[in-house]
Amino acid sequence: QLSLFRLTLKRFFSTSHPSVDLKEMKKFQRLAHKWWDEEGEYSALHSMNDIRVPFIRDTLLNMSSNYHLGNPLSGVRILDVGCGGGLLSEPLGRLGASVTGIDPLEDNIRTADQHKSFDPVLAERIQYKSSSLEEIVEESMETFDVIVASEVVEHVADLEMFIKCCSRVLKPEGSLFITTINKTQLSYVLGIVVAEKIMGIVPEGTHEWEKFVPPEELERLLESNGLSVKTVNGMLYNPLSGSWSWMESTSVNYAMHAVKSGLQGQSSPTDVPSEMESEQPSATAGTTM
Amino acid sequence: TSAVMAVVCGRGLLAPLSGRLWAGPRVPLRSVAAAAPLYDVVVSGGGMVGSAMAAVLGHDIHFHDKKIALLEAGPRKEYDRMPDSYSNRVSSISPGSATLLSSFGAWDHVCSLRLKPFRRMQVWDACSEAMIVFEKDDLDDMGYIVENDVIMSALTKQLDAVADQVEVFYRSRAVGYTWPLPSYSCDTSPWVQIELADGRRLQTKLLIGADGHNSVVRKEAEIKNIEHRYDQSAVVATLHLSEATDNNVAWQRFLPTGPIALLPLSDTASSLVWSTSHEHASELLTMDEESFVDSINSAFWSNINHSDFIDTAGAMFRSAVSLLKPSGTAVRQLPPSIAKVDPDSRAMFPLGMGHATEYVRHRVALIGDAAHRVHPLAGQGVNLGFGDIACLAHHLSAAAFNGSDLGSLKHLLKFETERQRHNVSLIAATDVLKRLYSTRLAPLVLLRTWGLQATNALPPVKVRI
Repeated sequence: QLSLFRLTLKRFFSTSHPSVDLKEMKKFQRLAHKWWDEEGEYSALHSMNDIRVPFIRDTLLNMSSNYHLGNPLSGVRILDVGCGGGLLSEPLGRLGASVTGIDPLEDNIRTADQHKSFDPVLAERIQYKSSSLEEIVEESMETFDVIVASEVVEHVADLEMFIKCCSRVLKPEGSLFITTINKTQLSYVLGIVVAEKIMGIVPEGTHEWEKFVPPEELERLLESNGLSVKTVNGMLYNPLSGSWSWMESTSVNYAMHAVKSGLQGQSSPTDVPSEMESEQPSATAGTTM
Repeated sequence: TSAVMAVVCGRGLLAPLSGRLWAGPRVPLRSVAAAAPLYDVVVSGGGMVGSAMAAVLGHDIHFHDKKIALLEAGPRKEYDRMPDSYSNRVSSISPGSATLLSSFGAWDHVCSLRLKPFRRMQVWDACSEAMIVFEKDDLDDMGYIVENDVIMSALTKQLDAVADQVEVFYRSRAVGYTWPLPSYSCDTSPWVQIELADGRRLQTKLLIGADGHNSVVRKEAEIKNIEHRYDQSAVVATLHLSEATDNNVAWQRFLPTGPIALLPLSDTASSLVWSTSHEHASELLTMDEESFVDSINSAFWSNINHSDFIDTAGAMFRSAVSLLKPSGTAVRQLPPSIAKVDPDSRAMFPLGMGHATEYVRHRVALIGDAAHRVHPLAGQGVNLGFGDIACLAHHLSAAAFNGSDLGSLKHLLKFETERQRHNVSLIAATDVLKRLYSTRLAPLVLLRTWGLQATNALPPVKVRI
């Protein structure tokens, strides 16, 4: 009966929460307890922290002049969308940020809550919520300094809606970090055939090539919703060493950093003078780090 | 307070845990976990290496908001000024180790207490004329002879300076460790549990074992240790020279029974480290002071172990070398002669060699003698430990700045690989040298004679040493 109730709830979700794709949720349900096995199904996501955490950290530090290296992200409010078991929320929390992690799958949130509970510092800095992005928009308008959507946008049903919601909950001049997979022949070969079917780096069926997002399209969507793209970087996974590295080409995996435009006429409160954003989306070409 | 802790912990006053809780029923530790304080890093063992490890982390900027604990079984050691007489336990500190110590301000304290730089090392054989001299081209210091008490005092001062980060537990011995399962399980604590002799409990995300060659951490973690007891003990003493001299050379002579070394402490005093058989060591300790001094002088000066054959063969080799490489033989200096020994400064301790097959486990790392133990003949023991610290601290600092779980094997394995690569060859070489020099057999003496002479003549080999 409980499962029937939850199924009804999920159906309600899908019509009013187009960013959540039910089929996608089912895929992750099975593995909800496997998040924290560093050598298990999610090992590639664990090792991705080695590049995505420094990327987020250094980008934010470069935009600020007031931080302490012992607690670099102190005072920064971060929303981790599609946080899963909390693999990215925890390192960000350890660096001092106040993190809100949301994921539509309750089992993921339960796993994440349990894992952080043993560390009193993390338990206080991180709050998890079983929720979709749409659900929290109303109560969280312009609340977050940073949104992180890592390995998420290739799973959402309506990408434009997702980005609109991100923009609403971001403070002006706030940062949005996305990591995802490009839609190319190479990403089909490496990301699906090799990664899922041959080498089992990612559990089979996790990804659908149709839903991969080319960086040009992502950039277009971001710019047309008031988010100015500052950085695009290609990422490469080496299955032999189990480690990620940056690369020029975005043909398989890539990371993107965008900044929400400030309100017109309002001077920016940041310590370092930043570029004054105009109403029109700036014609920024993808820059590499 | 510890009394409150004991009450809240409940089981705190029971017999120490065996530490073997890997299989079998797991006690839900939530209530205990809530009570026992959680540290980011606990260093077990407050000797030179353990204290330096805690101090280095405490001074690291990325550890500014972290909690570190240092467990030391003995009392606090600090001196504002040293006693007039020298301690008989000294270490040869390499320039690399000095750099590490100065990186967190400890070297300044060492210099303000006392130390002796040396510029030259002369090593020779008792069975032949073969000799090798080490010195730096630019007349820089090759190393420093420092009393262990001086190093400890400097480390204690620097630990005080970071008391906000590092909590030192003196007179506290860990008696039991409980290891977490390597992969995540929801109802048991993921941290290492430590039980102290007085019943107090701690939890930590990373346990660093710096508790010496009989490491309890290593044993409880069931890490296999390759070890071997040498048939030798080292006799140490503080000696006074017959006449004051520019005492900036370290001397070592390989006798068939073992190497005898004289390490400079000042212009009038030197420290003795004489590795010899257990019986001879006991004799040296019990004989009267005059006989003791005579034994030392004789060991350095007597040619009783020479044989004509070896001498001739050595001389021939030397002439051959000087034809090929005219500057290939250095001037032989004469070691100082000893006048008297400090009363009550004679002591002995057994020697052995050891190497842990693994330096790390999930949430555990071994450094210093807990990981590797060498013969003092190369003067490397504590320097290997300081090298471990520099490497581990580097990886932990990066891990902290990445927000990583400090106990994760990912970066711990990097430390292990780097250090094992460095340490294994040095430990093996030291062991080989020890065995090679423990004999009078002509072929081996010839081998090492020629080997030593050749090494002395070849700059690339010498520099690597």
